[in-house]
Amino acid sequence: MYDFELRRPENLSEAIESLSADGAQALAGGQTLIPTLKNRLASPDVLVSIGGLAELQGVSESNGVVSIKAGTTHGVVAGSVKSYPALAALAANIGDPAVRNRGTIGGSIANNDPSACYPAATLASKATIITSKRSIPSSDFFVGIFETVLDEGELITQVDFEVPDVANYQKFDQPASRFALVGVFLARYGNDVRVAVTGASEDGVFRWSEAEQALGSDFSASAIDRLEVDAEGMIEDIHGSKDYRASLIKVLTKRAVKAC
Amino acid sequence: MATVTMTVNGKSVSGEVEGRTLLSDFVRNNLNLTGTHIGCDTSQCGACVVHVDGKAVKSCTIFALEVEGSTVKTIEGMANPDGSLGVVQQAFQDNHGLQCGFCTPGMVMSAAALLDENPNPTETEIREYLEGNICRCTGYHNIVKSIQAAAVAA
Ligand SMILES: Cc1cc2nc3c(=O)[nH]c(=O)nc-3n(C[C@H](O)[C@H](O)[C@H](O)COP(=O)(O)OP(=O)(O)OC[C@H]3O[C@@H](n4cnc5c(N)ncnc54)[C@H](O)[C@@H]3O)c2cc1C
Ligand code: FES
Ligand code: FES
Repeated sequence: MYDFELRRPENLSEAIESLSADGAQALAGGQTLIPTLKNRLASPDVLVSIGGLAELQGVSESNGVVSIKAGTTHGVVAGSVKSYPALAALAANIGDPAVRNRGTIGGSIANNDPSACYPAATLASKATIITSKRSIPSSDFFVGIFETVLDEGELITQVDFEVPDVANYQKFDQPASRFALVGVFLARYGNDVRVAVTGASEDGVFRWSEAEQALGSDFSASAIDRLEVDAEGMIEDIHGSKDYRASLIKVLTKRAVKAC
Repeated sequence: MATVTMTVNGKSVSGEVEGRTLLSDFVRNNLNLTGTHIGCDTSQCGACVVHVDGKAVKSCTIFALEVEGSTVKTIEGMANPDGSLGVVQQAFQDNHGLQCGFCTPGMVMSAAALLDENPNPTETEIREYLEGNICRCTGYHNIVKSIQAAAVAA
């Protein structure tokens, strides 16, 4: 790992100020960034530690919205989100307990790993990503693998989820990494059904719109029997072929419908 | 270099570290507490698990400076004050919960964190909790037995 200066700002405004410098980067739970630094895939001059900032901690729930501050760990989300059980369950299954004690929702979404769980939840549950500069609907947030619309120095401060009528997340574990080999997050708001898929596409998290339409008019597993996911553009690696991933999307979507 | 101060196994300690100094390196190199093992250094194996403010974390995936002012417990802090083995350690010895012993410090620290949260875990809960602790000798059955015994003994 190249050396850097580690700063621990006292409050959010100091953190935002520190991040405006060239070569500065946010450090939240470090569960992705520290391994990245060890591999010398990033070489920031300054790391601004935001994990301990009280202003970025906590969950609040009111009027059908769950608001999670960006520095809240997966473990805290798992244990404290009550009105959105599918989201709490997703957090409870990220990695392992030690990862969940450090990793944060803001870090997960900013990182946009193609196999991460939270991006699928944000996309399926009409989330709004609030940053130090603006509010971004989740539909506009994810650009491609490891890429989002965030500008240099822009910090996610909070994520607001609209609680659906019913929802379920099906994660097919990749047992070595403990990420999702494929994951499907299904959320239903009346006839508006959303199916967000992670772990599968070379372009990162996406919504399976054909399934959404079919499930919007008939919310049953058989409603998607006739649909097939095109294997073109799916990820292919030693853990699974394109065809396997395409097939898993359908299988997991059906399981999610049945679990609702 | 910067100075970091924290409480480790009940004692206040401080040392000079770089920004990039990991907690695992700090406890091993600065404090000579070499019970904390580095198995993978890629956040996968859990041999380096310690408690920071009561929570299990991978000490290879947190910087020493982030722990400023916190309370840390390492495997050395698990023994009784007279030096005899603590409950979880004793249960591992009694139940052959270790073979080469490399993963054991992390296993014991994870087991202790689990028992703090959930004093009577089921076998499934134990196995799920140990998802981030890999035993290269694959002695999982006896590790689970050890933790069950520790739950009864505690
Ligand atoms: C063994 C293991 C298993 C895992 N399994 C899973 C899994 O099953 N599912 C899953 O989804 N993830 C998994 N992860 C990843 C984990 O969830 C990470 O915690 C997460 O991806 C990154 O969050 P962090 O807080 O650790 O961020 P960091 O590692 O600190 O930062 C990641 C990136 O986000 C940026 N960043 C951090 N916070 C903000 C912010 N508030 N605003 C803007 N940018 C920010 C950083 O600059 C950096 O570029 C796993 C990780 C490990 C080590
Ligand atoms: S050495 Fe830290 S997880 Fe393996
Ligand atoms: S006892 Fe050898 S690695 Fe677990």
